[in-house]
Amino acid sequence: MTAEAISRGLRRKRARSPFHGAIVTGIVFGLMAVYLAVVGILPMINARAIIVDVLSMAHAALLAIGLGAGAYLARGERDQPTGAVALHGLIAGAIAGALLAVLVVAMNAIDLRSIFISLSPQTSDMLTFELDLEYAVPLLVALAAALGALGALLARSPPAVRKPVLIGCMAVLFFGVFQELIQIMMQFNEAIGDVRDLLYTWEGLTPEGAAIIFVLATGASLLSTRLRARAPAEGSASWWQGRNGQLAKAGIAMLVLILLPILAGSYIGQVLMLVGLYILMGMGLNLEVGLAGLLDLGFVAFFAVGAYTTALLTADSAHALAAFTAIPHMSFWMAMPIAVMISVIVGVLFGIPVLGVRGDYLAVATLGLGEIVRVIVQSDAAAPLLAGAQGILQIPKPSIGEFEFADPVALFFLTLVCAGIAAYCAWRLESSRLGRAWMAVRDDEDVAQALGINLVKVKLLAYGLGAAFAGLSGSIFAVMLTSVYPSSFQLLVSINVLALIIVGGMGSLPGVIVGSLALVGLPELLREFGEYRYLFYGVALIVMMQIRPEGLWPSATRRRELHDFAGDLELEEPPPAVVAEVAAHAEHRPGE
Amino acid sequence: MADVAAGRSFIPRLSTLSRFTFVDVILWCLRIGVTAVVVGGTIGTLIKGRYEAAQWFDLVMFGLTLGSVYALIALGYTMVYGVLRLINFAHGDIMMTGAFSGYFVASALDYSGFLNSNPVLGMAAVLAVAVATSTTIAVLTERFAYRPFRHVRGFAPLICAIGVSFFLEQTFRGFFGPSIRSYPDPKWQAASIEFFGLAIPRVDILVISLAIVAMLILYLVVQKTRMGTAMRAVSEDTDAAAMMGIDVNKVVVFTFMLGGAMAGIAGVFYAFVFKQVYFFMGFQPGVKAFGAAVLGGIGSIPGAMLGGFFLGLVESVGPALFLDGIGIPAPYQLRDLIAFTLLIMVLIFRPHGILGERMAKKRA
Repeated sequence: MTAEAISRGLRRKRARSPFHGAIVTGIVFGLMAVYLAVVGILPMINARAIIVDVLSMAHAALLAIGLGAGAYLARGERDQPTGAVALHGLIAGAIAGALLAVLVVAMNAIDLRSIFISLSPQTSDMLTFELDLEYAVPLLVALAAALGALGALLARSPPAVRKPVLIGCMAVLFFGVFQELIQIMMQFNEAIGDVRDLLYTWEGLTPEGAAIIFVLATGASLLSTRLRARAPAEGSASWWQGRNGQLAKAGIAMLVLILLPILAGSYIGQVLMLVGLYILMGMGLNLEVGLAGLLDLGFVAFFAVGAYTTALLTADSAHALAAFTAIPHMSFWMAMPIAVMISVIVGVLFGIPVLGVRGDYLAVATLGLGEIVRVIVQSDAAAPLLAGAQGILQIPKPSIGEFEFADPVALFFLTLVCAGIAAYCAWRLESSRLGRAWMAVRDDEDVAQALGINLVKVKLLAYGLGAAFAGLSGSIFAVMLTSVYPSSFQLLVSINVLALIIVGGMGSLPGVIVGSLALVGLPELLREFGEYRYLFYGVALIVMMQIRPEGLWPSATRRRELHDFAGDLELEEPPPAVVAEVAAHAEHRPGE
Repeated sequence: MADVAAGRSFIPRLSTLSRFTFVDVILWCLRIGVTAVVVGGTIGTLIKGRYEAAQWFDLVMFGLTLGSVYALIALGYTMVYGVLRLINFAHGDIMMTGAFSGYFVASALDYSGFLNSNPVLGMAAVLAVAVATSTTIAVLTERFAYRPFRHVRGFAPLICAIGVSFFLEQTFRGFFGPSIRSYPDPKWQAASIEFFGLAIPRVDILVISLAIVAMLILYLVVQKTRMGTAMRAVSEDTDAAAMMGIDVNKVVVFTFMLGGAMAGIAGVFYAFVFKQVYFFMGFQPGVKAFGAAVLGGIGSIPGAMLGGFFLGLVESVGPALFLDGIGIPAPYQLRDLIAFTLLIMVLIFRPHGILGERMAKKRA
């Protein structure tokens, strides 16, 4: 809430001195563009064309930054006349462009590449449009200024114009960015194949294709607005929001999930399977962090336990337990429940020592525990049992009768079924007595204890049940890779899971799914981004915490806590008095 | 009410919890187990007598060197925690930024031969650039990432700090590449000094003595200057300090500056000792140094120094002393295990640390 109050305050300040605001906005967006260039994202995505020979992804990103500067500025200047807004957008864009121009000039004047590895001549060519410097610099500034003004005007234009244009651009972007995927899906049918040839070459959209998509999307948007305006909007909206509507939505989502990998092939199957594994882990961590409020950074340990248990029980290698103990060689179906059980036990054992550790200290303590598990698994001391850094190989794929879950799509369905069952359990847990006890502990441990909640039991159950989900995920992970290595169980996995439940919304099941799709699925699909995935996570964590701490798809409780504090009044925007009151309230945090 | 709850030390808290006595049993087993490994391992190693005095001396010197680096980092954690009650998760990465920027200066100077001909000036230049960079980045993170959370309770500030940590790491990875770069190794650093028949690497002496000088300066700044006094007042009681007319914002910025400067020095020294820099180098020392800060008593400046040196010693001597004795193969792989075990044991059994009794009573 304070973040919003601050941003509102900032906006008010900017309204007082619009030129100052324009300059600051220009500098911020310009620095953003320079940062993207220096950190290597722009050079990387420059290889990808959205529209062949017209627009690369890097240029699209720069376009978006220019337009964004103008639009951001215009949004804060609702009371200014349109001409002034356009002028300010022009200034902001020019400043942003000038900053990029400074970078280009610096790159050509001194050899920066020995320090900043991304500032290669290719980067320079990208920013100068392969022109000479004396033409490129004014062009860059002028183009950015025009974009800023355009962005401001676009933000100012009536929604009837703005919305279709935006949707058209989005559609072109979507079809351009995901072109590989869409092309694979279009290969199935002759007729569709012809459409594909019209829209795409192998590198990206053709200019005609882009135009067709833009026109179609714009038209569709206009049409739907027109239709919605004419039809009695009440009825249809409430049907979608009602119980049947919810079920229908879930059914459609399910159908897409089942059909997509079948249509799009094994690559999508692989990606979705990974998403599924992270959804499983996310649901587990969600019990711990989202419901019980126990910030656990050692979560990867449970994932590792599940994977290693499965590997030890089923592998056809010298490290399998069957090779040197009386434990028989097991199939995946027998090993999986055992792996889950052992994860639960480890989870409880993991939880006992840190029962009395609270808040931030708990995060660091669990991080330490997770690291200890990794160090032990990696060490030579544990190598006779866990195979050290070489890992355990030759884990057979699961099979039912003759059918072997060999290809990623089949494994994806296995994951989907497991995730479905797990989601049902998580959903029931959430509204159970135990779930409410967890939430009570999250909100105030002392009060919860005073109300008769057994802290030890409740907390250990959170660790144990959370670990069960991770163990299940680890078990499937082991058979997916058919091998386990200690290097798969870095702390980064814990952070990954934490990031996805935070982006999705703490304590919210749909949030876990949204978060996994956004943080695991997207970077996998945009393969080049894999390298910058953790940068993206870092930014996502910071930005989400500042502007939307409840997540993309928050649970009902969190939404109420963070936004509708006016209770049943359901105010869209709280009156300023309430904001001031809350801000004043926040100043007096207890414990100080 | 939160004060009362948090102020209780762990033992009485457990006894109120202990309808389930198995928790107590397991915690006692943990204590006894760790003690047994430490005592048994020590006796075993001493009986075996595999190491000579000179080797022990080397280990201790290395421990002190490492410890002085940890102490410098821990100071940043402890000061920020004192003022803001925030675990600055990105502090290790702020150290990394110092090490990286120092690296570019050092390698340029090494290439031109300046670092060899003018060691003192060269060192000063490296340190100055490193300190300037890490201080700037520390202040910027405070301004843009932490300030909006000044009055927010719960996970949000810590999660934001984790995000900052990733952002810094990955930014440096994008800027300077993912490879491990080797730090220049000028001749005057590699030599060692003979001392009663024991060879001490010169770089160890350099790092330890300079770190102690830096810490002394810091101590004087905090104890004697006006700003330092204000800082102590804010960490004692923020609201009362604000009412006395202290500009809390200024104090917070000052705290981050001091912490960033110490982290910059630590980064350069860490790179001197391990002779390499890469973007992820800050993470592990950062977490360990946080453990050192807690060990010494978070919020306490002498505590952080003490905790840092202690952690360095344990980490360096520990594998040989504790683990070799009980017959664990390749004990040096488990160096981090010892450090993290120490961290967890402190967090579980003595969260108020060695010198933090007074602080912990008030809050924590």
